[in-house]
Amino acid sequence: MELTTVWFLLIAVLWIGYFVLEGFDFGVGILLPLVSRDESDRRTVLATIGPVWDGNEVWLLVAGGATFAAFPEWYATLFSGFYLPLFLILVALILRGVAIEYRNKSDGTRGWDRSLFFGSLAPALLWGVAFANIVRGVPLDADHEYTGSLLTLLNPYALLGGLATLTLFTLHGALFLALRTEGELRTRAVGWVKRAGAAALASGGAFLVITQITVGKPATWATAVLAALGIAGALLATLRGRDGWAFTANAVAILAVTVTLFGNLWPNVMPALDPANSLTVANAASSPYTLTVMSWVAAVFTPVVLAYQGWTYWVFRKRLTTGA
Amino acid sequence: MDVLDLSRWQFGITTVYHFLFVPLTIGLSVIVAGLQTAWHRTKKPAYLRLTKFFGKLFLINFAMGVVTGIVQEFQFGMNWSDYSRFVGDVFGAPLAMEGLMAFFLESTFLGLWIFGWDRLPPRLHLMTIWLAAIGTNLSAYFILAANSWMQHPVGYRLNPETGRAELTDIWAVLTNITTLATFPHVIFGAFVTAGAFVLGVSAWKLMKKKDVELFRASARIAMAVTLVASAGVALSGHWQAQVMTEQQPMKMAAAEALWEDEKSAGFSLFAVGDVENGRNHVNIQIPYGLSLLATNTLDGEVEGINDVQARYEALYGPGDYTPGIGLAYWTFRLMIGFGVLAGLLALAGLWLTRRGRLPSSPWFYRIAVLGIGLPFLANSLGWIFTEMGRQPWTVYGIMTTASAVSPGVDVAEVATTLVGFTLLYGVLAVIEIRLLLKFIKIGPVEGTTGSGDESETGTGTTPALSY
Ligand code: HDD
Ligand code: HEM
Ligand code: HEM
Repeated sequence: MELTTVWFLLIAVLWIGYFVLEGFDFGVGILLPLVSRDESDRRTVLATIGPVWDGNEVWLLVAGGATFAAFPEWYATLFSGFYLPLFLILVALILRGVAIEYRNKSDGTRGWDRSLFFGSLAPALLWGVAFANIVRGVPLDADHEYTGSLLTLLNPYALLGGLATLTLFTLHGALFLALRTEGELRTRAVGWVKRAGAAALASGGAFLVITQITVGKPATWATAVLAALGIAGALLATLRGRDGWAFTANAVAILAVTVTLFGNLWPNVMPALDPANSLTVANAASSPYTLTVMSWVAAVFTPVVLAYQGWTYWVFRKRLTTGA
Repeated sequence: MDVLDLSRWQFGITTVYHFLFVPLTIGLSVIVAGLQTAWHRTKKPAYLRLTKFFGKLFLINFAMGVVTGIVQEFQFGMNWSDYSRFVGDVFGAPLAMEGLMAFFLESTFLGLWIFGWDRLPPRLHLMTIWLAAIGTNLSAYFILAANSWMQHPVGYRLNPETGRAELTDIWAVLTNITTLATFPHVIFGAFVTAGAFVLGVSAWKLMKKKDVELFRASARIAMAVTLVASAGVALSGHWQAQVMTEQQPMKMAAAEALWEDEKSAGFSLFAVGDVENGRNHVNIQIPYGLSLLATNTLDGEVEGINDVQARYEALYGPGDYTPGIGLAYWTFRLMIGFGVLAGLLALAGLWLTRRGRLPSSPWFYRIAVLGIGLPFLANSLGWIFTEMGRQPWTVYGIMTTASAVSPGVDVAEVATTLVGFTLLYGVLAVIEIRLLLKFIKIGPVEGTTGSGDESETGTGTTPALSY
């Protein structure tokens, strides 16, 4: 396999890791005001993600760093082109990070709860908007500079993509809460599984169907269907009280959505409206030497990271109960 | 102001801000790990209380380091896209390694440390804080390797077809002499910072006569750390100055307001210069000081601004190759000055608290509290010197700052983010300082076992919360 292919796959893997892991963090942040009745509920909800959220966020940082190293042109075009949306995402990530860490240490909690809610909601929506635009193609000039405006990015298709990720991550958070809590809190989380699940099936289904019709490839129909099956499976498993399976099924759905998007991109990394200007795995890539070095680094350290992050989830596997 | 100026202000503000938290994290993570190790070995409750107390302050600071770090990861692409295209091949590699090897390590194990007091066996729990501390120090290494490559590019070639810098030798980049000199200096600087912080906090509590025995102990530990680290900073800074004189003669000349090449040059203490005509009106010097600092010999030759300018015009074509002279001169001096003061404070404190003594006058405590600020100033000024002193280059000798900026981003956009980040950071600073003060006032909790901590795990107000 060509090294550029390897790195395209690796970056897809990093985004899958990010969406599967921080996806439920986002969902928990959004659901915090919705599932909690009192302060002890809120503390329990927060405690489900407390130990892991920072490790989850690092998947994004590594995806950013890896893109910089492996496809510098992609990194440069994407982040200078999607300038203001990225700024909003960064502000949101700052607000929610500080909120998670400072809420329980502060005297007032209202402001932090709001920061956490909006700080989770905004990126959950905006990542979908961003990826929808990437897949659909954006105006780039011959130097690969983005020539559109903010409004170019806020087209209906992209907004539908945002809605899809927003509902999918909310569902993911509800499933995670159902898995990690007990009693009434769990019952309310299950209620949100049903609501968010229905919304995710509808918006995600519509988004994927339009995607497949406009830019889809035959092979990615399979992953699009898998995504729908994953969401449906998560709902069914929840109804049967199999929380672990439900969470896993939705993780598969998020994986399948991400694979569908990246599969449709290939061999581009950022298609331009004028195909002559598209960024591809070939013209955006680093030199073979850099890719070789980074492949070795990734081959050695990715398994190590997976091992200790997995261990963390094992350590914190027991359900949390409130006031019982 | 144009896009370039705004982008420079933005990078300066966000990075200097990030680096207020970073040194404290680096140093304090190791100090907290050390305190916990002492508790583990001796089982003295005092060490546990100190671990918890400074651990809490460490976490409040760490959170800010993390969230401001996220911006750093993306702003090369946002504001410096031409730079990113040009250097990604080389510069991206250490950045990606930092994420994969260091950030994962520190964030994952810190989560385990915070929430693991009741869930992990004590030995394993102790290991988590050490791994997090190793992670923070590793992250400094990789980011400094990236920065050092901009100061002194090695292990690359310029590809004539793509016009980009390409990596040819990763080992050369990771063992760049500039990195090897910078890393110890920054790490020692971080320990000066953490030492002065622990000292200042302890002094505050001693002044209020709270937990006197406990804080006398932490103050002495802190002063020892600060003193040793100050010596380390001076020695490594001396090495760095030699490396810099060789690699970036213009920066050293500017730092000293030295206009002409000179043998047996003196170290300037105070100068009033005439930048237009390239000379000084007043210049009070320590004889031979500069030659000693820069070349390690009394009669070494140090190049002057006017001479380097002439040489660079011959080498790179016409242009102005001088950075802001006044800025370089004063930031360099003040960095050293503030750092030396922090070291002297620690020395004086160790003397005043010798053999069980405690100074009775409030002055020592007051000065020690104010002393917290000294290393923060020294760190910031040191970086401003390093980065502004290499202007007009962004990558020394091969890319200017003016050609690094994003061509597709307009003034309104950069102005929005500049104002947005600055306001947000300003508000967060106020919140952070208030929280630190709150927990310093509350002081160390009682307790002799290493059990969980309510404000972290949420167990306090919900009695029956069990994992
Ligand atoms: C507590 C902080 C602190 C203290 C006391 C000092 N420094 Fe420093 N210095 C830094 C913190 C710092 C820094 C912020 O960490 C910098 C910025 C970039 C770097 O590598 O370290 C720095 C940069 C820096 C540079 C620039 C390197 C370059 O641009 O390539 C030199 C030559 C020195 N230092 C030399 C010294 C000397 C001779 C010191 C005193 C005896 C000294 N520093 C004290
Ligand atoms: C080690 C990692 C660092 C890297 C890779 C880095 C990189 C850069 C880059 C790309 C720029 C913009 C281009 C330029 O103006 O030359 C810059 C400017 C700047 N940096 Fe750094 N920097 C680092 C660390 C720091 C730190 C820790 C500080 C301060 C605490 C700092 C202070 C500044 C300032 C003040 C500027 C503005 C200088 C100017 O534009 O005139 N930098 N740096
Ligand atoms: C301009 C270049 C820089 C970039 C791109 C950058 C990137 C980042 C990022 C993304 C984080 C968050 C990590 C997390 O979530 O755990 C972070 C934190 C950190 N960075 Fe930076 N950083 C820069 C400058 C520096 C410098 C100059 C140093 C040290 C010399 C440094 C050391 C650290 C450390 C130790 C942390 C851990 C968190 C903390 O300090 O509170 N960084 N940085």
